[in-house]
Formats: sequence, C-alpha cells, structure tokens
Amino acid sequence: MALVTLTIDNRKVSAEEGQNLLQVIREQGIDMPTLCHLDGLSERGGCRLCVVEEEGSSKLLASCVTAVRENMRVTTGSDRLFRYRRMLVELLFAERNHVCSVCVMNRRCELQSLALRFGVDHLRYDPLYPRLSTDVSHEKYALDHNRCVLCARCVRVCDEVEGVHTLDMMGRGVSCRVIADLNQPWATSRTCTNCGKCVQVCPTGAMYIKETFSAHGEKRPDLPKRIRDGREKHTWGG
Amino acid sequence: MAKKTVTIDPVTRIEGHGKITFQLDEQGRVTRARFHVTDFRGFEKFCEHRPFWEMPDITSRICGICPVSHMLASAKAGDAILGVHVPPAAHKLRRLIHWAQLVQSHALSFFHLSAPDLLLGMESDPQERNILGLVAKYPGVAKDGIRLRQVGQEIIRVLGGKSVHPSWAVPGGVQSPLKPEKVDSLQALVPEALEIVDRTLDLYREKIEAFSTDLEHYGDFPSLYMGLVTPDGGLEHYDGVLRVMDAGGKILEKGARPETYRNIFSEEVESWSYLKFPYYKSLGPEKGLYRVGPLARLNVCDRAGTPRADRALEEFGRWKKDGRPVSGSFHMHEARLIEILFSLEKIAETLSDPHITDTHVRSHAGVNGRAGVGVIEAPRGTLFHDYLVDEGGLVQEVNLVVASGHNNLAMNRTILQIAQAFGNGTEITEGFLNRMEHGIRIYDPCLSCSTHVVGRHGLKMEFLGPSGDLLRSFELL
Ligand code: SF4
Ligand code: SF4
Ligand code: FES
Repeated sequence: MALVTLTIDNRKVSAEEGQNLLQVIREQGIDMPTLCHLDGLSERGGCRLCVVEEEGSSKLLASCVTAVRENMRVTTGSDRLFRYRRMLVELLFAERNHVCSVCVMNRRCELQSLALRFGVDHLRYDPLYPRLSTDVSHEKYALDHNRCVLCARCVRVCDEVEGVHTLDMMGRGVSCRVIADLNQPWATSRTCTNCGKCVQVCPTGAMYIKETFSAHGEKRPDLPKRIRDGREKHTWGG
Repeated sequence: MAKKTVTIDPVTRIEGHGKITFQLDEQGRVTRARFHVTDFRGFEKFCEHRPFWEMPDITSRICGICPVSHMLASAKAGDAILGVHVPPAAHKLRRLIHWAQLVQSHALSFFHLSAPDLLLGMESDPQERNILGLVAKYPGVAKDGIRLRQVGQEIIRVLGGKSVHPSWAVPGGVQSPLKPEKVDSLQALVPEALEIVDRTLDLYREKIEAFSTDLEHYGDFPSLYMGLVTPDGGLEHYDGVLRVMDAGGKILEKGARPETYRNIFSEEVESWSYLKFPYYKSLGPEKGLYRVGPLARLNVCDRAGTPRADRALEEFGRWKKDGRPVSGSFHMHEARLIEILFSLEKIAETLSDPHITDTHVRSHAGVNGRAGVGVIEAPRGTLFHDYLVDEGGLVQEVNLVVASGHNNLAMNRTILQIAQAFGNGTEITEGFLNRMEHGIRIYDPCLSCSTHVVGRHGLKMEFLGPSGDLLRSFELL
C-alpha cells in the first residue's frame, strides 16, 4: 500500500494513500471537534466543524471528507478556525429551539459540549424560533425536530447498519427535516424495525426514548463501529 | 402626562413588575384599587405541542420559589393521562417532598419576607426592615428562619437530587426511591424544626398584640374559602377533595372531585390585567369571590389531623368572630406557622412508614386518556394543571390556575381596604407604602413579581382622578 507524507501542525506524518485526513489527525492524538462524523458510518461533511487550514489555499477543508495528499501542510487549530467553529455552533443554536434545561440530553449533549468548548454563552445571530413539531407516534421513540442539527447520523445508521433506510432528509436549507419513509408519522412506517439505533447515535435530544426524564438520556454513539467490527472483523469489543 | 402602561411580552417573559392603581373620587378618597400582574398564559403557550411527560420539568420552572408544587400538579395531571395506578410508595414520597416544600416556602414567607415588618414595625426604616435588619435585632429569629428553610430544602435535596428544580416526580410515579440509609438522617431533622416553630408561634402570638389596627384593615372581609380536604374533612395538601365554604362557615361544596373544577368555578378576563379572575360559579363574580391558601385551608378543614397542629388550630380559632371562619388575611402569617407544624409532623409520620423505601415507585403506560387534571395545595393555595393531549401525548391545551390567580380578587380587595384606612389622597408616606407592600406580601403571590414587591424595586403605583386621568405615578426603586 502506498504511503504519503504530510505535515500536520508542523509535525511530519505518514499515512496510507486514500485515508481521510480526519482519521490521520486523530491518530496523532489531536482533539478535533466533529459532529456529523461518527466512527462506523460513512462521511457526510455536513457540519464543517472538522475544518482545517491548508497551506497555500484560503479555502478551509472539512477533514472528514478530504483524502490525504503527498506534501500537504495542514493546521488543525488557529484563531481563525476557532472563530469559524464557534460561529457554526452558534448558527446551529439559532436555527432551532434548544431549551437545554428541560432536554433529555442536558449535560450529555454533543451540541451543548461543543458550545461549552467554544465559549458560546450567547448568540450573535437572531434565533429563528421556528415552530416545529415532535413526532411522538412511535411506540418507543420520539423525534423532536426542535433539537435536530441535521447531522444525518440517524439516517446513515438506519441505512448503513440496520439496512432498512427508514429515515431520510426532506427539504433544503432551513426547511430541511428528518423524515420517516414517505414523510409520514414514524409509527406508520412499514420499514422501521424498532431497533433504536437512530436514537443511540443522535448527538442531541432530537431523538430519545420516550418518557426519559430531562438530563437522563443516555446514548451509545459507539454502536455503529462495534456492530461493524463484529460483523466484518468478528471482534466483539465491549 | 400619558397614562403609563406596563407591557410584557407574554411569550418570552413570565415575570414582570407589579403595578397598583388607585382610583380617587372628587374628595380624593380611594374608591378602587387594582393590583396588576403579569400572566401565565405566556407559559401556557410555551407548553403547547410539548410531550406531556416533559411538563413536570417545564412547569416547575414557572416559579423559583415553588417548583415542587408545579412538578407535582403536573405529574398528577400526567397520571390521569396515563390512567395508571401510581405505586403507593411513590404517592408517599411525593407527599413527603410536598410537605418539605411547604416548610421551606412558608419559612421563607414568614421569616425572610414578613418577619422584618412584624418584628421591626411597619413604620421602621426600610433600609433596615429586611432580613439583615432582622439578623441585627433578632438574631435568634433570623437563625431559626434560616434553619427551618434548610430543613425543608434538605429533604427536597435528598429526595429530588436538587433543591431548586428537581425533575423527580413524573407521570406514573417518581424517578427514584428513597434509600433506606437516608431515612434516619431525615427523621433527625424534625425535632429541632418542631421546636423552632413552637417558639416562633409563641413569639408571634405575643407580637400580634401590637397590630390590632392593622388586623382589621388587611383584607378582613367576608369571602368564600376554597381548599382541598381529606375525604373525612382533615387538612390536606396533596390529594383529596375540594371544599368550598362561605363567609358564615356554611359548606357550599362538601367534597367535589377536583377534576370537576370547571363546573364549580368560572374565570373572568379583565382588560387591565393579564391574570384571570376566577369566582365561584353559582354565586357570580361579585359574591363568588373566594380565597385560597393557608388561611382558607385552615378554615375549610374540620381538623388538622396531627396532635400539635390540632392544638395550634384550636388556638387559631380565637380569631373567629361569632363562630364564623377567620376572615382577616393578616392571619395567614399564623396559618403558615401552623401548616409548617403540620407538615413537620406528617414528614415524621411518613418517614416512619416501613414501606417508604419500597423500590417500586413508577408505573408505565401509554396515553390512555386525552385529558388530565392535577390538583395540589401549593403553599399559596390550590393549584390546577389541566392538560388536553393528542393521541401521541403532545399537549394541545393547557390551563394552569395558580394560587395568585385565585386570590386575585381578594388581593385587590385587600389593597383597597388598606388604601382607604391608611391613605390620604395622592400623598405617599412611608407607612402607607410599607402597609401596601405588606398587604400584598400577606398573599405571598407566587409570581416572580413578588420578589420585586419584596425588594420594592419595580412596584409602580398610579393614582387616577375621577375621570381616569393620571394624577401621580410613583415607582419604588
Ligand atoms: S428504529 Fe432502527 S429501523 Fe427504525 S428508524 Fe431507527 S434506525 Fe431505522
Ligand atoms: S435526529 Fe439527531 S441524528 Fe438525526 S439528523 Fe437530527 S440531530 Fe442528527
Ligand atoms: S465532522 Fe466533518 S463535516 Fe461534520
């Protein structure tokens, strides 16, 4: 297998050709923020939190969807990157209605910890306060669009791991929504197997097990990788 | 000068400033007084389309002083929607946390908010007429108050995990059982607290002599009284049936099922206040004026049901005139102390129940009913949570009737009485202000604006001439 050499934060690093940059960065022990990326799922490149700077280019690269190249020089943390990441998190908050204090994922939410990490203690953008619904039709799970960040982790796990593709996205921009089957109440889906993987990978309180108390939600974002490893490599890590 | 109005965006703000307007006649006498407050309908809007199982959490954030009451009323409304049998231990634990809440809330009202007026005097310097002034002059009383409040908060903390917003009671029961190893330490808090209440009652009975003129002008008027009682007529705060009594002591409703409250009460909406004005339906808005809260509860029950509280209740009977129920709102102070006593006795009794540590504390079910009413006697009075949900459990309609809403008419009547007794045209004296403040404080209105009233900051007063023109406007800073 061909190897490439690149520089990450002034450190010379070698990687396999075709490896994605995020993976290599993390192998270096660098704490790169991500939201839509999840080990065990295909990359989406939607949230842009994993952006890096490449020398000689003014464009920022989303590292999760960038393949390593020979001689590339990247920077993973700078004031500019910090500012962008904070802005992205703020925009996520401004787009929907996040009332952390009554949310099932309070104190365990990935969005909330990103906000803490980037010092988001207020929004510089006017929140949209859209009127959004909650789909509580499913016997066990709820989908609250108010808290969805459109990372599509649920969509991918349902398709790629459970293999039923019940969930998908509909609409564009601010009107984009996660839907079940042909945009129908979840309970009426003929394809959903009730496996709950979508709930386990959702980074926020958008998907949760019904009747969970606020701040008592627990997620298993490690599931896709574990299932994959078990299936493909027959490793049964816990 | 243009008439000043306070506008509060009801969706984003649930708190605001209190305002009182006085209507004067040609002779400068006060003919009408109104206490304007912000509303809860904003909050009701906020709840729409949320799953009902989130409601205990959402509504317990209405008020920082009595979150437990909202949490419980909401969980009870949720029980009705689930249509389940709540495990007995869960009911007992809910009662326990509720009595603890009564202790801490009444202690706050009595010691921190009212004792400075009562012990330092209505005319005393406002700079010192506060808890700090109390600490300086009556350190023992201040310490007692702080300790008593701590006892209530400690019980809430052990049960609910957090003392301010415990998301602990849920539809179908409670989140976690009481650990057996905690029982003794909670039980150990009670004797000291009982002693505090005993000596405070003695002190209060002695000090009240000095307030004879105040007594009759602080909302002393005939009215109806409403509160929960146990099915056999005992004092009740968590469950039971609704009783309504008239000014003469006649029982108008002996034991109505709480979920039928809409048949018993109507609400008027007035353009000048966001707060609704409920009244006893069959007597109409004028004669149907009723009061809720500590005084009403002690009036409507036949007995407290615990030894110390029963003795104190008997002594409280000295304020009855010609055998009629106690009508002076000033006596709410004493009523609060008696209720603290009762709560502490009940806490001790409940903690010694061997089943209190049962681990089955929650029943599960789906949506089995579309409507649910939860009622509870919050520290300030009867609290209703009334929900209508869709088949999945999303809230379609919410009606919250809060104690300060019930007492709305009575509060207005009280400030009118005070204004007529102590007012003089548009002149504003220190004593007048203090009494006005205290008149509202007696009801301990469960709005965040009560804290403004307490700190005086933001309370506005407006004097209107006979034709409605603004003569004087005054804001306490
Ligand atoms: S429960 Fe399983 S099958 Fe159903 S939508 Fe979620 S991931 Fe797909
Ligand atoms: S529901 Fe959760 S997992 Fe799915 S897109 Fe929204 S935030 Fe992501
Ligand atoms: S993690 Fe790379 S774009 Fe979301």
